[in-house]
Amino acid sequence: MPAPATPSLTVRVLLFASYAEALGFETLELTVPSPATLSTVIEQLRALPGGDQLPLKPLCARNLAHAPAEEAVAMGDEIAVLPPLAGG
Amino acid sequence: MRFVTADPIDLAPLIAAVQAPERGGVASFLGLVRNHHEGRGVLRLDYSAYGPMAEAECGRIVAEAEGRWRVTIALRHRVGTLAVGDVAVAAAAASAHREEAFAACRYVIEEVKRRVPIWKREHYADGTVVWVDPTASLQHA
Repeated sequence: MPAPATPSLTVRVLLFASYAEALGFETLELTVPSPATLSTVIEQLRALPGGDQLPLKPLCARNLAHAPAEEAVAMGDEIAVLPPLAGG
Repeated sequence: MRFVTADPIDLAPLIAAVQAPERGGVASFLGLVRNHHEGRGVLRLDYSAYGPMAEAECGRIVAEAEGRWRVTIALRHRVGTLAVGDVAVAAAAASAHREEAFAACRYVIEEVKRRVPIWKREHYADGTVVWVDPTASLQHA
């Protein structure tokens, strides 16, 4: 009998500006073990090539609103990793 | 797009949008592209945004200001390539009296800088191009 599948969830990750340049992409479908928080997503991104250029705790948004690193993520969430903001 | 635009920003229509007979004061702020940054000559800027969130965050900021003071707010932020002197951001706040208009206008522009997901890449006169990181220069700002 196969081992029961580890629960997982898939989110859509968006990178911008210097972070998109560092990792070489702007969007990524990422599957992480469930339950997960924004920190879980960041850890996985930091393991990708160029990911070491992301800070340990970058500014993040979940579904178009700023969110703290410990916030839980859900299947289908849009997670944005935001470089230091420079509007105005 | 209500708040973020690729078109040049003109303050006059923003002021017209918030003016009303009962509002005796309009405070406005324009943020322009500066020709220098930390001692280096700047030729132009590229602004980019996380569009849907920038719209949402601007909407939240305007709603907060309009909830906290008796004001009506107009706000625009430009994206794309801007030349020195171009308007990058404009805010106008209209109220019955000037105190609330000034306070709300100040609040809106400070929160835009703090919260709205917009980035800028500066092209310097020496040929280098750099993503601006305001947090990197806080210690000598």
